[in-house]
Amino acid sequence: MGIKPFRKSGIFLCFIAVSLLLVSVMFVYAFFRVRSDAGTIIRQSEIVKELQLTDLCLFTEARYTRNPSQADLHAAFQDHPVSIEHFPAGSLVMPPECLRRINGKVN
Amino acid sequence: MGKSIERQRNIIDFTLSSLLRRKGKNISLMIVYTVIVFVLASVMFFTHSIKKEAHLILKDAPEMVVQKMIAGRHELIPEGYMEKIGGIRGVGSVHGRLWGYYYDPTVGANYTLLVPQDRKIESGEIIIGNGISRSRLAYEGDIIGFRSYDGSPMNLAIKEILSYDSELVSSDLVLISRDDFMTLFGMPKGHFTDLALSVRNPRELPTIAQKISDLLPDTRPIIRNEIERTYDSVFDWRGGVMVLILSTALLSFVIFAWEKASGLSADEKREIGILKGLGWETSDVIMIKFWEGVVVSLSSFLVGIILAYIHVFFTHAPLFEHTLKGWAILYPEFRLTPFVDAYQIFTLFFLTVVPYTVATIIPAWRAATVDPDSAMRT
Repeated sequence: MGIKPFRKSGIFLCFIAVSLLLVSVMFVYAFFRVRSDAGTIIRQSEIVKELQLTDLCLFTEARYTRNPSQADLHAAFQDHPVSIEHFPAGSLVMPPECLRRINGKVN
Repeated sequence: MGKSIERQRNIIDFTLSSLLRRKGKNISLMIVYTVIVFVLASVMFFTHSIKKEAHLILKDAPEMVVQKMIAGRHELIPEGYMEKIGGIRGVGSVHGRLWGYYYDPTVGANYTLLVPQDRKIESGEIIIGNGISRSRLAYEGDIIGFRSYDGSPMNLAIKEILSYDSELVSSDLVLISRDDFMTLFGMPKGHFTDLALSVRNPRELPTIAQKISDLLPDTRPIIRNEIERTYDSVFDWRGGVMVLILSTALLSFVIFAWEKASGLSADEKREIGILKGLGWETSDVIMIKFWEGVVVSLSSFLVGIILAYIHVFFTHAPLFEHTLKGWAILYPEFRLTPFVDAYQIFTLFFLTVVPYTVATIIPAWRAATVDPDSAMRT
């Protein structure tokens, strides 16, 4: 009795099975990483509580990007009335809601 | 049961052979398909995880911050406001926060200087964030020179460096004593940067915010919910911008895939005609086209999401980290926690796999219902 050659469908189904297995591994890995990172997140949360911080330290180039939740209502345009926003993060941080409501053009 | 499985396997064998006969076109389609899924999944994984992380980290931020506004700008708040706000029913405690920014020309970066409420720091000492330590090459015991508001130099010794794993919130922080803060910035006595307050019942936050606005109309209360929502907006906006930039590529792909999936070439029509002539049922022909759609879209989808996961959570999204994370001189080094749920995967699946697979069946059904003789003659 000779060995049967691999059928194309067999190879395809194996590929799908391996891929689905990897997707399941993604979830398992995520589960364990969330558990192992919980300590770090709690520590960060404790620092936030202790120091009464309000924002993540992501964009430090201007006061309204360093603390976007504390920025003035018309932040980015506060240096002078026709000052166009000029910091790189500013082009990616959404304008304040009131500004979007009043002036549809900035959307 | 076994017979039915064997039948499906035969159809898959036939479908794969058919796809391999036009392998150049199909492989290029699958590569583009995979790239599109990869990009969409990367944006989705990244924005969802960072939003979730921001929520968890900022859940203990001050329940409310009250700023004083003068001419529409944030100004120092007098100590007397604390008593007035403290007298409002429902307010638990009120603390004055002292914090500000300092531009360091040596590294061209802004630091956030803050006087901690509960941590004791001696005059002449500071505690710095890991980002400052890294960019200034400054470590415990070193001295950092500052220039105070009147131009006089002020040297402060580093007492401690905040831990690496807190960088996401502390990378640019300089914790400083109250006296040094006042001297450095020339702050008038009896003033704070803003006030942080806690309330007895969190459900009363909007009411208390309204009371503060009525009592002190020159103030602006910011409640914690608004702080958390800011980060949802920031990353939704960024994800949206990223997708917008890629929309041309996405649209090209949709047109290409739609044309490929919904329009049958003359060869394919002839093939269907021959199969019908050989006695294949219309349902068999539709089944072949269904499997064709599944092979192309499911394979691309699975490979795309696996690559996106590796890209975002193992290699820190190098392909578009500047767009999604932003950038700064003191940018924190942090490892994103993979907050992935089945909902994200299903959303992506229904957006990418289902439309393509459905689009392949309709033209095949139309061609399969045509007389085999006329199909072969086309």
